[in-house]
Amino acid sequence: MKIELVNIHKRYGAVVANEGVNLTIAAGEIRGLLGENGAGKTTLMRILSGYTFADAGRILLDGVEHHPSSPADAIRVGVGMLHQDPMDVPQLSVLDNFGLGQSGGLYRRRRPMLASLEHLCQRFGFKLDPEAVVGSLTVGERQQLELARLLALGARTIILDEPTTGISAPQKALLFDALKHLAQEGLSVVFVSHKLDEVQSLCDSVTVLRKGRNVGELEAPFDADGLVHLMFGQQLPAGARPVVPIDGGALEVRQLSVRDHRLSLDGVDLHVRRGEVLGLAGLEGSGQQLLMQAIAGIVRPRAGSILLGTEDLAGRPYGAFRDRGVALVPAARLEEGMIPGLSLREHFALCHHCGHGLVLDWPAADSLTREQIAAFHIVGQPLTAVDKLSGGNQQRALLALLPAELTVLLLEHPTRGLDVSSAQWIWSNLLARRERGTALIFTSTDLDELLQYSDRIMVFSGGRVSAPVDAPTVTVQELGYLIGGRGL
Amino acid sequence: MKRSGVTQLALMLSPVVVTLLFATLILLAAGANPLEAFGNILAGAFGSAKKWGDIAVVMVPLALCAAGMLVTFAAGLWNIGVEGQIVAGALAATWVALGVQGPPWLILPLTLLAGAAGGAVLGVVIGALRTWGRVNEIFAGLGMNFVMVALTNYLIFGPWRPPDGATMSGTEPFPLAARMPMIGSSRASLVSIGLAVAALFIVYFLLRDTHWGLRLKAIGLNSAAAARMGINTHREMIVAFVVCGLMAGIAGSLQTTAVYFRLIPQVSGGYGYLSQLVVLLSGLRAVAVPLIVFFFGAVQVGSPRLELRMQLDSSLGGILQASMVLFFFLIKGWRQRLADRKERNA
Repeated sequence: MKIELVNIHKRYGAVVANEGVNLTIAAGEIRGLLGENGAGKTTLMRILSGYTFADAGRILLDGVEHHPSSPADAIRVGVGMLHQDPMDVPQLSVLDNFGLGQSGGLYRRRRPMLASLEHLCQRFGFKLDPEAVVGSLTVGERQQLELARLLALGARTIILDEPTTGISAPQKALLFDALKHLAQEGLSVVFVSHKLDEVQSLCDSVTVLRKGRNVGELEAPFDADGLVHLMFGQQLPAGARPVVPIDGGALEVRQLSVRDHRLSLDGVDLHVRRGEVLGLAGLEGSGQQLLMQAIAGIVRPRAGSILLGTEDLAGRPYGAFRDRGVALVPAARLEEGMIPGLSLREHFALCHHCGHGLVLDWPAADSLTREQIAAFHIVGQPLTAVDKLSGGNQQRALLALLPAELTVLLLEHPTRGLDVSSAQWIWSNLLARRERGTALIFTSTDLDELLQYSDRIMVFSGGRVSAPVDAPTVTVQELGYLIGGRGL
Repeated sequence: MKRSGVTQLALMLSPVVVTLLFATLILLAAGANPLEAFGNILAGAFGSAKKWGDIAVVMVPLALCAAGMLVTFAAGLWNIGVEGQIVAGALAATWVALGVQGPPWLILPLTLLAGAAGGAVLGVVIGALRTWGRVNEIFAGLGMNFVMVALTNYLIFGPWRPPDGATMSGTEPFPLAARMPMIGSSRASLVSIGLAVAALFIVYFLLRDTHWGLRLKAIGLNSAAAARMGINTHREMIVAFVVCGLMAGIAGSLQTTAVYFRLIPQVSGGYGYLSQLVVLLSGLRAVAVPLIVFFFGAVQVGSPRLELRMQLDSSLGGILQASMVLFFFLIKGWRQRLADRKERNA
C-alpha cells in the first residue's frame, strides 16, 4: 500500500510536534523513521493511524485522500499500528484478543478465528497458545499476537513504534523475518526506531526527523556517521560550568538488578560523589526510570546493593530511603508528585508538618506557603489548587516541597515541557543544592541539557547501560552512537 | 466563575424541585391528588409535638453513620460495610445489656463503649481486607454486612433467645438499667441527639484542622502521590474504617438501648445504606448533613400517613429520598457537561 503524507502540521499548545513533514512510502517498502525523543516520529505515526488528527496536511493511501478518524477507521482502510507498550487486554486469552476488533454478527465464531490465528502463526513461526492468558505472555509474544491481529484485520501498512525494546534476540529475528516477508508481499512497513544496527539490517530507506521537520532521506546501505549527524545535529559549545568541589561518596550501587514488566537492568555499578551531577541519557523507556526508582526505594531490586554511606538499603522500605535524604521528583507531576485537588497550602502543610501533634496550624502553613511561593517564584496563591498551576509552576512547587537537605536528589526530566527561562531557573536552583553537597541524578532526552549540566553521563539503550562517561570530553557524536546501541 | 447568591440557591434547590415534579407525576399516574399527598406527608411529619421526637429517632443513626462515612469518603473509600458496623455495635451493646448487672450510670456508658468497639473491630476487618487482602472495600463491606445479619439471627435464635422461646421479634427486652432516658413522653433521647451532634462536630474538625484529616484527603485524591510523600496509606485507611466504625457502632448501640430496647433481627433499619445517600447528597460536607438527615427523617416519619389516609403505599417516601439523590447527580453531571463544552469552545 502506498502511503503519502503531505505537508503535515501538528501542534500541542505551544509545542510544535510536526512542521510541514512530507513522507512517501512505496508499497513493499520497509521505511525506517529515525529521530531523537520529541522529534515528532510518534506524533506523525499517530496521525497516520488515526489516534490523533493533523492540524493541516493531506494523507493519501494508494493515491486516495483519507484522513483516518479513529484507529478503527485506520485499520478498516488498512493501516495498523503496533505500539511500544502492547495495547491488548491482558486478562483475556490469546484467541479472545485476536478476535477483538473483528466485525461480524452477535455470535462470535470460534473455529474460523482459531484457524486464522493458527495459519498466521505457522506462516511466521510464532508459537502462541490460543488459550493462554495474554498477561502471562512475554512482551515479544504479545507483539506477535498484535501483529497477527492487525494482519487478520486486513492491515496493508504496518507501523511499529520501537518494537525491539524488551524482546529477546530470537523474537527480534523472527519479527524481522516476518516484516521482510510482508514487504515482499507488497505491504508497506514503517519502522520507528533509534537503533542504528536494526535500521541498517532491516530498512530499505530511512527518513530522519528533527524538531518536527524532515531533515533527510537516505537509501540503503546507510552510513552510520551520516545518520547520527542527521539525528542529533551539530554539537553546541558547552556552557561554562561552575567548579564545585566533588568530595566523598554520596551513593554507591553494586551489581544492581532490577526489572519491570518490560525491561530488566542487570549488574549496574555506580558510584556518585557528593555534589556530583550524573545525567542519564537514552531514549525514554530504556531503563533510566527503573534505575532511579530503585535508588529512591520505590521499586525493589532483585539483587545487588544500594549503599548510602556504609548502609545497604536494598530491599528496605521506601520510608528508609526518605529518612536518609533520598528524594525523587517524578516526571508525572500530577500523577506521582502532587495531589490534584489539594491547594499549595495543603501541600506544604502535608510535607512540612505545620503545627504540633494532631492539630494543623493553618496560619503557620499559610506563611510558610507564602515564603516558598516568593522564594521559588511560583505564580499562584496559597489556596490555588496545584492542578490549576502551569507545568513550570508545578515543577517549582515540587522543588519547594522537597526537604531542605538531601543526600541524593533524583529527577525525571526536570525541565521537560518548560520554557527556556523556567528551565534555567530550575537548574540554578538545583545547582545551588549541589553546592550544598547533594548528589543530583537526572534523566533527560535533551543532549544539550545533559552535556551542559552533568559531570558524568550514563547512556541507556534497551536495558543496557554504558559506563559513566565524562561530560566535558564526550561529543554528541559519541553519545549518539551509544544511544543508538553501539558500543554498549 | 462567580455567581450571585440567588443563582447559587436556585441551583442548590433545583434537585428538590425536580424531585417534587417527578413525585407529582407518579402520584398522578397512581390516580391520587398530589397536593393532598404532600399535605399528608407534611401533616404526618409535623402534625404533633411527638412527631418531632420520631423524626429525631430517624435522624440520629443517619447523622452518626453519615459522620463516619464522611471520614471514609475523604480517604476515597466507599464503606458499604457501615451497615454491618451498625449491627456489630448493636450486638456488642446487647451483650453488655443482657449480660452485665448494675446501675444505669454504669451500664449505659458500657453499652456505648461496647457498641463503638464492635463497630471499630469490624472496621479493622474491612480495612485489613482492603489493604493487606487487596479486596475492594465495597466487596469486603458487603460481605461483612451479610455475615453480621447471619450472626444476629444466630444469636437471637440461639444463645440470646428469650426463655419463652425464640421469635422474629428479637431478644427479651433489656432491663431498665440498659435503657436510655427519653425526653418527656417522646421517643427521642437527649443522649442520642447529643452524640450525633458531637460526632458531626468531631468529624468536621478532624477533616478540616488535623494532619490526619489532610492525609486522608491526600490519600483519597491521589494515593500514589500520597505514598510518595511518605504517608502510610494502609495504616490511615484502616484508621478511617475504624473511626467510621466507632460512630456506626454507637448508632447500633443506640438502636438497641434507645429505640427498640432489645436486639431485633433488622436492628440496623437500613440506615447504613440510607446514610450513603445522605453523604452523597451532602457533597462530602459535614455542614450539609443536618439539613439532609432532617429531610430524610421527615419524609420517613410522614409517609406512613399516606397509607392510613389515602390508601397509597408508604414507599413513596423511599422514592422521594432516592430520586432526590439521582436528580442531584443528574443535574450535577449535566452542569459539568455544560461547563466542559463552554471550556472547549472558549
